[in-house]
Order: sequence, then structure tokens, then C-alpha cells
Amino acid sequence: MPRPALRLAVEIDGDGAHPAAWRRAAHSPGELLTPRRLARVAAVAENAGFTLVTLDDSILPPGSDAGPAGRIGAVERAAFVAASTSVLGVAPVLATTYAEPFHVSSQLASLDHVSAGRAGWVVGVETDPAAARAWGRPPVGGPDATAREARDGLRVVRDLWDSWEDDAVIRSVATSRYLDRSRLHPIDFTGETYSVKGPSIVPRPPQGRPVVLARPGIVPAGLTDVSLIGGGSVADVVAAADDSTSPRAFAEIEVALDTPRETARERITDLERYAPWSARPDRLRYTGPATGLVSLLTELDGRVDGVRLHPLVLDEDLAVLSRLVLPELFVRRTAARPLPGTTLRASLGLPRPLSRFTTTDGAATTPVREEIR
Amino acid sequence: MTRTDPADVPRPDALLHLGVFFQGVNHWTIWSDPSSGSQIDPASFLRVARTAERGLFDAFFLGDGLRLRESEGGVHELDVAGRPDSITQLSALAAATERIGLVSTSNTTFNEPGDLARRLAGLDLLSGGRAGWNVVTTHNAWTGENFRRGGFLDHADRYRRAEEFLSVARAVWDGWAEGVVAGSVDARSWAVPGGVGRVRSKGAHFDVDLVPTLPRSAQGHPVIFQAGDSGEGRDFAARQADVVFSAHGTDFDDALAFAEDIRRRLRAAGRAEDALRILPGTEIVIGATEKEAEEKERWVRLEQVTPAVALGIASRLWGLDLSGRDADGPLPTEDPVVAAYDGKFGTRQLGETRETVAEWRAKAEANGWSLRETVIELGPQRGHVGTPAGLAEKFARFVRHGALDGFNVSPYLVPDGLDDIVELLVPELQERGVYRTAYTGTTLREHLGLAPVG
Ligand SMILES: Cc1cc2nc3c(=O)[nH]c(=O)nc-3n(C[C@H](O)[C@H](O)[C@H](O)COP(=O)(O)O)c2cc1C
Repeated sequence: MPRPALRLAVEIDGDGAHPAAWRRAAHSPGELLTPRRLARVAAVAENAGFTLVTLDDSILPPGSDAGPAGRIGAVERAAFVAASTSVLGVAPVLATTYAEPFHVSSQLASLDHVSAGRAGWVVGVETDPAAARAWGRPPVGGPDATAREARDGLRVVRDLWDSWEDDAVIRSVATSRYLDRSRLHPIDFTGETYSVKGPSIVPRPPQGRPVVLARPGIVPAGLTDVSLIGGGSVADVVAAADDSTSPRAFAEIEVALDTPRETARERITDLERYAPWSARPDRLRYTGPATGLVSLLTELDGRVDGVRLHPLVLDEDLAVLSRLVLPELFVRRTAARPLPGTTLRASLGLPRPLSRFTTTDGAATTPVREEIR
Repeated sequence: MTRTDPADVPRPDALLHLGVFFQGVNHWTIWSDPSSGSQIDPASFLRVARTAERGLFDAFFLGDGLRLRESEGGVHELDVAGRPDSITQLSALAAATERIGLVSTSNTTFNEPGDLARRLAGLDLLSGGRAGWNVVTTHNAWTGENFRRGGFLDHADRYRRAEEFLSVARAVWDGWAEGVVAGSVDARSWAVPGGVGRVRSKGAHFDVDLVPTLPRSAQGHPVIFQAGDSGEGRDFAARQADVVFSAHGTDFDDALAFAEDIRRRLRAAGRAEDALRILPGTEIVIGATEKEAEEKERWVRLEQVTPAVALGIASRLWGLDLSGRDADGPLPTEDPVVAAYDGKFGTRQLGETRETVAEWRAKAEANGWSLRETVIELGPQRGHVGTPAGLAEKFARFVRHGALDGFNVSPYLVPDGLDDIVELLVPELQERGVYRTAYTGTTLREHLGLAPVG
């Protein structure tokens, strides 16, 4: 099936994908944890034409020994970014390994409201036992239990988003009813380890359901919208995209670009004085001039639906992406910018889902065109 | 009202502090009026927050409730329901406002301290030191059905958990030493080794071991609000809180008695009397003349207490389904069924007793009130009604006599219900020297005149 032009995402956590990226940041280390810095990165990403930013997170410190020890919660950052931008999608990482799915659902639904339909969710998992101690909860041990908590959490979150039908607020002055309770639904989830009653305390999100992104294998593909696929070569990535049963597949790519003053290689060498930049089997890596990245993305156009870029150093690579890479992709129509006023779901060409609780009766509230003269 | 001689006034220079409570889920928010806007659209929140900021308010405040209220076997339909997660909404407002404090009501029974402390610290940093936390302790099992941990805590235990929660949160906020982050990218490491303290806490309610991930904000810690009215609640406030969000702000004597009670508890807890601000929740109805204000108040009450709302309140009081009755007729003749409080209608208990019904009957009979009028007349005192000048005089007296430090105002209309307070009342307060004419600080703690965190 032909795929439309690529959609572009960028990870903006910390100072970049390299563990020592902060050494080359254009700001003092402490500035990382300020609203000014966050707003600036978001503005650059939005102006450049990215469709969305993702924000990594964990309750545990982000860095290695010598790296940044601080990180503001991803939902808080995403909400702040949403209010300082107008077309950019925002997708925080949240794990339901220890967090309450009820809170996760409320937070993401609220992010969708504050962003007028630009929220996404990168489904995370906490595998480090230290996370259990930080949460003060019994550890979830082993891959099966971790997968179960991720899957059950996602089900609960989705059901809670659906628990208010779109038209539940009726404001019927004549009957004195603000709500129609028949359009609000308990979810009555019962899993192996917990149960959740519902309905949500937040009205249905503008997108119906915020866009769910996940790496393959974390949660059932049928419950996600975008699979974050990877591989060590273009062929691997294309194969993974062909295998993916999620509606959309985004390729994960680490990028280090030549800047006007230094080559990408020189920059990496500089950072490797402090820490290695280990390759990951689940991500492509591109190192070199902007033109080469344009060629790589052009090669991927039509094979994947989008890419998520992980820049070596945000302050350096984002500038090159915004001046030399994205404009060229837009000129060639290899990639597309998000249109003003559209939801993230619409930008990704995904339909807006009806609540799973909406019955055929409920559908009678959608206009029947034939009857309109 | 006669002007008091400054010599008789215990606090002649005291300033009134205002917050705005973006109303959540109750019948006091009038949704039926054509000017009533969305309760969920971010534009509504922004409109209220910016109006409050224009009026030099200390704080914008959001409530919390972790299950939709239920009545007569289903979700309660008559009142506004559905609201955003408060910290998420406030993080967005942090980007769109400059000075106003941003206060989240967050629950200690259904959250974990490592997580919530981090979320609040993030809001505090993103807002440049403007975050506040209203610590609430809902305990019913019915709310617990939405959470993994399920269950509930009894009344006394929930404050013990809250106190232990707060002490873990404070340890998290204090985890980073001053100057722990490197000053330049050439430093040996991003953070000074050993500069981030590990938090280990094992108590009756929590067993936590974590490394805090955020420094202190410009105000040190988020400002702590407390809103429980019981003896345990007040003692908790006296020991732990910076602000009490009380329900004692309508009648002067009642407000003064509450304030004196809190001061007594503060002394007993070994804290200074001015270590805590008292901001009762209130509604303010303003008219150009007293008569106009009273007429407006009448309209407000009738919009709030519709016949259906009156019957709903009576149903919960009587423990019977009275939904088919005539609200404009006399009170039901049946005896009330005294039902155990089941927690399904929010966190504040209604005085559901036979005595209340007997009192309603006596008063209704004496005054010839219908059921709806009885509900309006005998419902909770909602606040203040008057002209801008009259209200300013009254509030100056309250604050200068130490009956309170200000109000957390609940507008009965969203989003423009705050406009006349900011446009008409604030200038009158300023004229009397009882309200600031410009923000003098940047943090919520500074707005409230609280001492820096030690
Ligand atoms: C003015 C006021 C506002 C309150 N707002 C909330 C709220 O938004 N969410 C909540 O869960 N509880 C709220 N509460 C409930 C209190 O936190 C507390 O749980 C309740 O008053 C019962 O505690 P108590 O027995 O100490 O009074 C509020 C209480 C008062 C007095």
C-alpha cells in the first residue's frame, strides 16, 4: 500500500541522544531544568515543521554517572510545551508498571484537552527494580509480569478515554441535567492484579483517544496507533515496517550531523572523550552531512509512515535539521508539516475513533446527511 | 459601617490576599446561563487565570475528585462534572501566565509520594516557583475502586498517611544541595558527586528508596494548602500547612473564632502565629447598589438551586428518592431514613440527620418556605453580597481584625465570573490600602508573605 509523505518526530528529552550531550549544549548545565530552555527547544521543533516531539521519562534519574541528574516529569513538560506551541504534537513517555492507570488516563486525556487534540503517549515500561523502590511498590519482576502491567494499563487507559461518550455533556436546561448519565460508562476492568471501576473524571479527549506509540512487543499491536520500529540497517527497518500490524510505523533514527564548524564525526569524537555512544540494535544511525540524511529519509519515504529522530546534541543538530534537512524534505514533498488547526491524529492520517461504548443508538446523534435538505 | 479607629485594630497594615477556585463539580457553578462557557476547554482556564492575574491575585486553584459523584443509582447528572487533571492543566497555565500562583489539589491516599512530589516539583520549576499543593485525604472505599491499591483508610489514619506522605515529599524536595549542578560544561560531572542525597523512608505507610531528580525551585518548596475542617484536619494544618483553605469566611465572628482556634493550634505546634494564612472559600456577588446586589444574589441562588437540584439535595437528606415531588411545594411529610454516609457524593459530608430535617421543618413552617426556598435559605452560607465599596470596607475589617488573610473566591460563572471582582472590587480594596497595587514578588510564597523555606 503506498504511504503518504513522511511525518517527522523528534525526541527532545535532556540535551540529546549522547550521554555526554550536555557538554556541547549551548546553555549552562542548570539551564536544562528551566521553562525557558524547554520553550526554546519546543519553538525550534515547531518552527522546523516536526509533527511531534516525544519526551522520555522515568521516576529514576536520567543519566549515567557524570551526566544530567535531573529531569522534569514528561507530562508536565508536555503540557507546558503544548501551551507554548500551536501545531506541534506532544507525546510523553509514561509507564503503567507502577503508576496508577487511572491517573495516567486522566493525565493524558487532560494533555489532549490542553493541547486541543495534539497529545500522544509513548508507552513505557519500568524494568529496573530501583523504580519499584522509588515508587514504594512491590517489584514487578520478569518479562511476563512487565508485559501484563503494560497491557492491562493500556486497556484501562483506553477504556477510560472511551468512558465518556463524545456527547455526554448535554446541558439540558429544560430537564436541569448537565450530563446524560446513559452516555457515561463504568469500565469495570478486572485484570489479574487489580480492578478499575470508572468512568473517567475527565471528559472524552478531543481526539477521542490520544495517539498511542510503542516499540514493538511492549503491548499488543492492535492497541497502538504507531509502532516505533527499528533495526540496524535500512533493509531491517523496511522489513520491520512490513511486519508491523499497527496502523502506522515510524523508524527510529539517531542522527549526528555536520555543522558549519565541525563534522559530525569530530563532534562524536569530542563527546567520546567522556562516554561512548553505543549503537543500539533497534535504531538506525546516520552520521554525516545534511544532504545524506535527506537521501536516507527519501529512501525511507513510502516504506515507513514517519521517523523519530534522536539528535546527538539538541542545540546543534536541531539547528541543522531545521535549516537544511526539513526544508529540503518539504520542498521535495518527501515529508509534510502538520497543518494548523489539525489534531495529531489527523496529521498522522488516523481516523478519530468512536467510543467503544457508543452504540448504534448513540450513532443516531451523528448527522444523517440524506435527511438534510 | 463605622470606621474603626486604627488604634483598636490589631493588624492595621494587613493586606487581603485573593485566590480563585476554578469551580469543579457542584451545583454552585451555574452552567445553564447563556454566558456560561466550557468547563474543559483550555480557553476557559486561561481566561480565568489571566483575569485573576490582572487582578493581582495570589493564586489560581484547582480542586480534585477521583470518582464522579453518584446519586440515585448512577452518575449524578444535575451538576457540572468532568475536569482536567490539575497538575497537567496547571503546567499548561505555567506557560501562559507570569506571576499568579498555581495550586493543585492532590490526594495523599491515592497517590505515592515519590511520584507526586516529583510532579509538583516539576510544576514548581516550570512556573518559576509558583506551585502550591492543597493536600487532601479522601478516604472512602468507593473512590478506592478506581485504584490498584483499592480500599480506604479510616478518618484518623488518612491524616497519618498524609503526614508521612508530606515528610517524604519534603525530603524529595530537599534532596539536591544548593549549587549541586555544575556551573559550566567543562566541569568534571553534571552534578557535584554526593550533592544529591538519597531519600530512604520506611514508616507505617511508605517504604521508599529513591534519588530525587529535581532541584529546589525559586520558592524552595511548593506552598502547602490544607482544606480539612475536623480537629485532626486543623491540627494537621497547624503542624504542616502554609495556608488553610477554610470554610469559615462568611460570618465575622465565626471567621474570627476559626482563626483564633488555628492560632491556638499553631502555638501548640510550636509555630509562629503568622506562619500560616487563612483563606476561606467564598462566593462574591457584586451589584452597583445594595438592592441590585441582593436581586442578583436571588437570581444566583435560583439558578444554582433549580427545582431538580433542590429535590436532589432533599433526597440525600431524607435518604429517599424525592425526584418526582414538587420543589415549590411544602417539605416532604415522610420521616427521613437515616442512611450511613456512603462517600458517593464528594468528600464533604452532608449533615444527614433527623435533627436537620426537624430544623428544616420548623423553619419552613415559621417562614412559609417551599422546599426549594428552604434548601436555599438553610444551605451552607455561600459568601458575600454587596457593592464594591461596601464589600471592600467589610473585607478590610475582616483582615485587619485577624479573622482571615483573604479569600479563595469561587466564581459562580465560568469563565467571566471573576471580571467584576477584578474590575470593581479590587480598585476599592486598593483605595483602602488593603490590597497590593502591583506584584512585589515572583513566587507564590512571596505573594503570600510567607517566610522562606528553611
Ligand atoms: C473548603 C474545602 C475545600 C475542599 N476541596 C477538596 C477537593 O477539591 N478535593 C477533595 O478531595 N477534598 C476536598 N476537601 C475535603 C478535605 O480535604 C477533607 O477530606 C474533608 O474536609 C474531610 O476532612 P475533615 O474530616 O478533616 O474535614 C475540601 C474541604 C474544604 C473544607
